[in-house]
Amino acid sequence: MSDAASALREPWPDLDRQRDGVSVGIWLFIASEVLFFGALFLGYAVYRALYPEAFRIAGAETEVFYGSVNLLLLLTSSVTMTIAVDASRHGMRRTVIACLALTILLGAAFLMFKGLEYSADIAKGLLPGAHFPLQPPQTQLFWGLYWVMTGVHAIHLAIGIAIVGAFAVMLWRRLLPIESPAMLGVATYWHFVDTVWIILFPLLYLVDRS
Amino acid sequence: MTDAAIADAAVDREPASYLGAGHTLLSWLTTTDHKRIAILYAVSITLFFFIGGIAIGLVRLELMTPHGLFLTSDAYNRLFSLHGIIMVWFFLVPSIPATMGNFLLPLMIGAHDVAFPRLNLFSWYLYVFGAAFTVYALISGGVDTGWTFYTPLSTNYATGYVVAAAAGVFVVGFSSIATGVNFIATAHMLRAPGLTWFRLPLFVWAMYTVSMVMVLATPVLAMSLLLVIAERAFGLPIFDAARGGDPVLFQHLFWFYSHPAVYIMILPAMGVVSEVIPCFARRTIFGYAFMVYALIAIAVVGFMVWGHHMFVAGQSPLANLVFSFLSFIVAVPSAIKVFNWTATLHRAEITFEAPMLYALGFVGLFTIGGLTGLFLASVPIDIHATDTYFVIAHFHFVMVGGTVSAYMAGLHFWWPKVTGRMYSEAWARFAAITTFLGFNATFLPQFVMGWNGMPRRYHYYPDVFQAWHVMSSVGALILAVAYVLPLIYFGWSLIYGRRAGANPWNATGLEWQTSSPPPKENFHRIPRVDVEPYAYDAFVHLPMADNRTPPSLPSPASGGG
Amino acid sequence: MTIDSFMTAASDYANAVDGTFWVLVVISSLITLLVAALIAGFSLRYRRGSTARRGPLSERFGRDVEIGWTVATLFLFLFIFWWAASNQLSALNVPAHAMEIHVVAKQWMWRVQQPGGAREINEIHVPENVPIRLVMTSEDVIHDLFLPTMRLKQDVLPGRYTYLSFTPTKTGVFHLTCAEYCGTDHSVMAGRLVVMTAPDYARWTNAQPEADDLAHQGEAVFSALGCSGCHAPTSSIHAPDLHGLYGRAVPLADGRMVTADEAYLRDSILLPAKDIVAGYAPIMPSFRSAVTEDDLVKLIAYLKSLSSSPDAGVSPASGKERAGGTPALPGDRRMGAPQ
Repeated sequence: MSDAASALREPWPDLDRQRDGVSVGIWLFIASEVLFFGALFLGYAVYRALYPEAFRIAGAETEVFYGSVNLLLLLTSSVTMTIAVDASRHGMRRTVIACLALTILLGAAFLMFKGLEYSADIAKGLLPGAHFPLQPPQTQLFWGLYWVMTGVHAIHLAIGIAIVGAFAVMLWRRLLPIESPAMLGVATYWHFVDTVWIILFPLLYLVDRS
Repeated sequence: MTDAAIADAAVDREPASYLGAGHTLLSWLTTTDHKRIAILYAVSITLFFFIGGIAIGLVRLELMTPHGLFLTSDAYNRLFSLHGIIMVWFFLVPSIPATMGNFLLPLMIGAHDVAFPRLNLFSWYLYVFGAAFTVYALISGGVDTGWTFYTPLSTNYATGYVVAAAAGVFVVGFSSIATGVNFIATAHMLRAPGLTWFRLPLFVWAMYTVSMVMVLATPVLAMSLLLVIAERAFGLPIFDAARGGDPVLFQHLFWFYSHPAVYIMILPAMGVVSEVIPCFARRTIFGYAFMVYALIAIAVVGFMVWGHHMFVAGQSPLANLVFSFLSFIVAVPSAIKVFNWTATLHRAEITFEAPMLYALGFVGLFTIGGLTGLFLASVPIDIHATDTYFVIAHFHFVMVGGTVSAYMAGLHFWWPKVTGRMYSEAWARFAAITTFLGFNATFLPQFVMGWNGMPRRYHYYPDVFQAWHVMSSVGALILAVAYVLPLIYFGWSLIYGRRAGANPWNATGLEWQTSSPPPKENFHRIPRVDVEPYAYDAFVHLPMADNRTPPSLPSPASGGG
Repeated sequence: MTIDSFMTAASDYANAVDGTFWVLVVISSLITLLVAALIAGFSLRYRRGSTARRGPLSERFGRDVEIGWTVATLFLFLFIFWWAASNQLSALNVPAHAMEIHVVAKQWMWRVQQPGGAREINEIHVPENVPIRLVMTSEDVIHDLFLPTMRLKQDVLPGRYTYLSFTPTKTGVFHLTCAEYCGTDHSVMAGRLVVMTAPDYARWTNAQPEADDLAHQGEAVFSALGCSGCHAPTSSIHAPDLHGLYGRAVPLADGRMVTADEAYLRDSILLPAKDIVAGYAPIMPSFRSAVTEDDLVKLIAYLKSLSSSPDAGVSPASGKERAGGTPALPGDRRMGAPQ
């Protein structure tokens, strides 16, 4: 119990309030992230509506295999993260740390496959510029958006891995109690990054690929 | 130093005061105390205010003659760009929220700190990090796109340090978002017992509504600038017309943030004025509920009007009409507030200390600024007046005549609380009046020359406008003096100022129920609140001059501070 | 230049705008004076130490007053909106046979092409009392053509046409400036709008260096680029017939119908894969690297001149208003026209 009590921070009057506070805070942050990615998706939507044919041609070049593998990896990582959250409520220390470690591994695997995918894209010359292999020129709009969208997502994922990693280390070294209110914040962020990929996947990999 | 001064200084170092809790630079740079973070912000934004001010001082000097004096056109363009970027993002947006909001929000709701103290410190470091990019851009030679970064000028044609400047603004945007998240959570979750929503001071409501806008609008700016950086630095086409991109898409994304941004700048100012006027009129604010609804309405409808910046950008006439209509609607709650502040003076008992002078100046200048906004909301008027000095005059009336006046009002009002010292009232009043006169001399001529066809962002200009430009530049000089004066007398007050008691103004509000300066934990015991805010009518005829006698307030039931 | 060259109201529309402006000035001044008088009056009357009657107002009085002035303000603002908007809507009806002048903006100058073929730099000569329609595009960044005496301005965009319509009613030399910050020499990207009487304008046009009108020049570009290789009726390549195309509704492969206006013609030349005509293969190459903005102006003028008869050659540029669609406002994007 003293373990849990040590989680209480200024200025919160009690741990329940603090947990609620973390929840309010993280959801507000998620709201801001929804607008951040939303602006990007709006750009995609506008250009896709204007140039459907070019987007079809450009979208045919994305690596569906890597995209799908990554989708499965992230979905699985959300499962492991959810188990970690539930386990933390029950004080199951080993389960929590193991699941967080698994989540990190799955996230890292995503980044690895992303790297392989990027090499494949670059090998096909799909960097917008003078030597872009596709026509018409608006296919470069799709690919410009592709690099920005997947790049911003990957950065968010990398930050997520760092945060989950730091959190897991602090739990392991008993700097934080297993019931730490921060668990919910970390998990919510991770699920958000997964959700962004769930939205990105059809936009980038399933364009007219039904 | 006299014995009295030494004794006074000793009071500062009492461990009870937040100023005394740790004297090293490191203790300041690693603090999580919201009051210290507020001061870190205050120092930073003041520095940037003067950098942005010097930039425009050089511009106004250059504009004394139509054919240039000492600047190349490139240098001129970089100076006005820097002025806009610095003033908007490194001064105005953080100004009241990050300084007064940070300091006062927990005090006003009876909390020990904000919801996430470490996030608060992190937000200041984000500000500093973003500022570093901007200073780098400045030292390297500046950016020449205007503060609006329009494409394709910014992505493909500008020769300045666009990426650095855009990166700086991108980073400082997250400082805004962090502050907003903190304030919303704080207002929701840390109010003292008995402090229901409709007992909150209007300043708290202002912080709450502005935080909603900061959290929801700023990310769109971040993405717009990220896309500019992606296109300029990495060649990824997003707005490139040659490859099917739409430069106007950038404008939509940019203004979707930048219009709410101006409400980010004015809502906190309105909050300050709503605290100051009741205190110096010794009267409760007129129409508290409507004032709350007006804040909310401005915040919400403010998200729907961005297209009024784009009436000539190539939007359809239908879009123009819709945005025009909504722009007229958003003016209504602002008008309500002006009426209510004015009505608060009716049957009041008014004194004219510096905070009140600035607050009353705010009401007048904001009224003119807001009314000229109606001009610009009318499409045919805007088609002529947009991109001229008319627009410059309009937004300076609201942002400088408005927000900066309110910032000064708040600075003077809460200076005793923050520092424990009184400033020189005579000098402060002189500065307030000089500010008002200098401001009008600077910007009223700009309405005239704008309507007469003087375009904005012009280094060289037609001879016919010279007289107006000279008038404006002379006004700017007076304004500059008025802004430097507070640096002097506030600085002086820190060492020699008369010691302020807990409540030198006999004001209501929980922040006045604790000592000046407050202890680190704000309240020794969290008070309970059973009274409505602005219970001044019970105070009428209570003297204000003596600040050493503890005021006889109707104390909260369980006593506080 | 004198202030007249900025401030004269040189069209009926400009006069209407001025009317709206001054009414707004009067209303705003009254409101400002009211607020200032109340603040000054209350400050004087209720300053500390004065003998005025104080004490609270009844709550109901407060609420009634609030509702009263909220409603009054709302109605006043809605009235101003309606009044300004209705003035603007009446300006939307552009006459059908406006004289079209093409403007190309680039850092930091204005290139102007008169329909008769004359070219100008930083000057636009127009006849008075004739509806004028400027068709504008930029070669680089966003500029803005500002005609203060017409009380009009319009952003000039790359990759797109924007329009500015006016009917000058006063002769004279008026100011023309760039009003969208466009880089180093933005402040010197200025020129003159020269409004002349019709006979003077005719004389001026005839005095310009001998040049074919735009449509003839366009015909030359058309054959130089080999367009008839595919688009002639006798070609073995199946390409859409261009006679009578301008202004017609065109069915696209994806099911949409668009109007063949300037934007459509321009996109068809530069971005041919954007809107494929129904029944045709997307094989037309892009001519982006082969044509300049000036060429495009000429080609479009030529295409506009082609009547429905396949044998008809060039007729004088008709400067005809686009067919169908809603009336144009300065800056109007074409209805149905892709970006």
